[in-house]
Amino acid sequence: MKVIKNGEVIDPASAIEGAFDLLIDKDRIVGIEKRGAFDSTGNIEEIIDASGNWIIPGLIDLHVHLREPGYEWKETIQSGSEAAVLGGFTSLCCMPNTKPTNDCAEVTKFILSKGKEAELARIFPIGSVTINLEGKTMSPLSELRKAGCVAFSDDGEPVYNSGMMRRALEWASMLDATICCHEEDKHLSCGGSMNESHLSSKLGLKGWPAVAEEVMIARDIELARVTNARVHFCHVTTARGAELLRRAKNDGIKVSGEVTPHHLVMTEEAVADYDTNAKMSPPLRSQEDCDKLLEAVIDGTIDAVASDHAPHELDSKAVEFGRASFGILGLQTSLPIMLEFVRSKKISLRRAIEVLSSSAAKLLKLDVGTLKKGALADIVVLDPNKKWNFERSNNHSLSQNSPFLGKTMQGACQVVLVGGRVVVMDGMLSDRKVNR
Amino acid sequence: MIRHLLGIEYLTKDEILNHIENSKTFVEVSEREIKKVPALRGKTIINLFLEPSTRTRASFEIAGKRLSADTINISGNESSMVKGESLLDMAHTLQAMGPDVIVMRHKESGAPNLLSRYIKGCSIVNAGDGMHEHPTQALLDCLSLSQYFGKQGRSIEGLNIAIVGDIRHSRVARSNIWAHCKIGNQVNLIGPRTLLPPEINRVPELNEKVKIFDSLEQGIKGVDVVMVLRMQLERMNEHFVPSLEEYCNEYGINEKLLKRLAPESVVLHPGPINRGVELSTEVADGVRSLVKNQVTNGVAVRMAVLFSLCSGNKSEVSQ
Repeated sequence: MKVIKNGEVIDPASAIEGAFDLLIDKDRIVGIEKRGAFDSTGNIEEIIDASGNWIIPGLIDLHVHLREPGYEWKETIQSGSEAAVLGGFTSLCCMPNTKPTNDCAEVTKFILSKGKEAELARIFPIGSVTINLEGKTMSPLSELRKAGCVAFSDDGEPVYNSGMMRRALEWASMLDATICCHEEDKHLSCGGSMNESHLSSKLGLKGWPAVAEEVMIARDIELARVTNARVHFCHVTTARGAELLRRAKNDGIKVSGEVTPHHLVMTEEAVADYDTNAKMSPPLRSQEDCDKLLEAVIDGTIDAVASDHAPHELDSKAVEFGRASFGILGLQTSLPIMLEFVRSKKISLRRAIEVLSSSAAKLLKLDVGTLKKGALADIVVLDPNKKWNFERSNNHSLSQNSPFLGKTMQGACQVVLVGGRVVVMDGMLSDRKVNR
Repeated sequence: MIRHLLGIEYLTKDEILNHIENSKTFVEVSEREIKKVPALRGKTIINLFLEPSTRTRASFEIAGKRLSADTINISGNESSMVKGESLLDMAHTLQAMGPDVIVMRHKESGAPNLLSRYIKGCSIVNAGDGMHEHPTQALLDCLSLSQYFGKQGRSIEGLNIAIVGDIRHSRVARSNIWAHCKIGNQVNLIGPRTLLPPEINRVPELNEKVKIFDSLEQGIKGVDVVMVLRMQLERMNEHFVPSLEEYCNEYGINEKLLKRLAPESVVLHPGPINRGVELSTEVADGVRSLVKNQVTNGVAVRMAVLFSLCSGNKSEVSQ
């Protein structure tokens, strides 16, 4: 058994906050009691001293791209899991735009086995809505669910055909599964590489206007209404999108949404001199969008913060802006970014942790994200004050495409446990097969 | 210190006006019998044209040669870009041969900016990047106006400019908008809503000098210069205009329209012209058109730019 003591617990799911110690037996939390309660408990093999630190549930990232199978030079499940646990993420929902696409049980099982092999974060695969993300034929959703997919998405692509989307929602709802939507009407986004605005006009870049995202959000709200199915909006990036989501929730429609940390702290201005680390889809937008999205996170309109961790090799980013790949890393920087909002008093600590943990668990009905007695021992001991520089040497992704590389972050995960096993100690991966 | 010419956006008003003045020296060189000066002897200029071009390419080549530089031309479809070589790899390869200047035309906006970040020891000249900028075009347009209005005792400062056509997709328009706004001129942008760059009048640095018109008649009132842009035929397939006829009827520049302008006002076109679409043949070839002057001036302007970049701070030509 293990004890984690002397820390400040923040567990939004159970509303436990304060000076509590944890008792862990094998892979579960068997006790969470006032500080000192386990001091005379026998059979303790390891005591983790969390003095000066916070104890939070292992975080859950609802939206990551692990690139395996098919794009292993960008990332593997191993390297992605390393980056994840170092960033405090003990559960990952990985998107199906692999090669081959996760549109059949074989690929799902491959991903699950790679996750097990890495022995780091828990991997929850998201299966595709359509075969090969082509939008033409529905994936075998039952087969995918049975194989272990926790949700469905064609992320990277919209499900453009409304008829297909309706039927997929009907199937998904039978399977008690959510469809996570990448909302983009490609006839409106027209191959745009940044937000459509005076800035794209100045830079001579094709714009990807906010309305391209909003029309699809509006459509899928109506389809959710009609099918009574659960629709989750990936990476919401516009104020208007958040407003549509708010109204839909008020109408009792089963919708939810996520936002990325970078869409809360970066605007289209980051493109500046054609910086491809400011290129993602949907794109960075205006300061007003950032502000309204944060409000939406605070008031519950947006349920979760998910990184959309999108590793890309240098060769695909060190090219002309219009040709560069979309996306940036996120696993090691999500938590410090959210903690910065807490420090500047824009969001409560509890809400910040909630949107990184229990919200995601609730949405996809995952049995993680809490520190209550009986829960799986996925735990993070976090030093909220520790400053560190995000650099190549401590970036465990195989890729380097982050605008935060070279920047100082505040908030470091000192100890991370997954199922009671210590995978990170003193801020570093503990002794096991690592990539470097 | 290595300098580049990536766009008019990055120049000051004085730099623009100096470029125009310096170009006048080189206009004279092109009128001699032996059109050569030894100014850039021993310098190497690589013209990397990764997009089709007639005028600009020939113009840069002639400019380099008249300055006695060693110029070589590389065009996209004859280079290893066809084999999938990346722009940066190509540029590094060229850089290793020690050029003094790389002049590049590229279909992606920001490509010269990318090059200037990664390539050291070599000046980069933007000969047109995507929809972004075509700085030497704007400079030669300004030179043409300076010469023409100079004959009437008027300066290029204080002119009213109208730009008509597919401004949305035009790097020539953007460079000219920057040039005239920095000079302090009023710029009217005329075209269908679909062909205007989104929120262009909200670009903070444009100083509210830009006015938008979707009516040609309204937009040309009181202007001294009508800059006509090529209607790119590809736009038909992308729903920007219903048809060329529709475009021509609403925005075509012809003799009848010219009558509405002051007799001293002129028409510019960067070429190539779609005769009968955005510009009628009569006007294109008529006395109010500065098209041929533009082309001639292109060589002089490019000579001035190359000279300025290669001679560095020592020259009396300010950058």
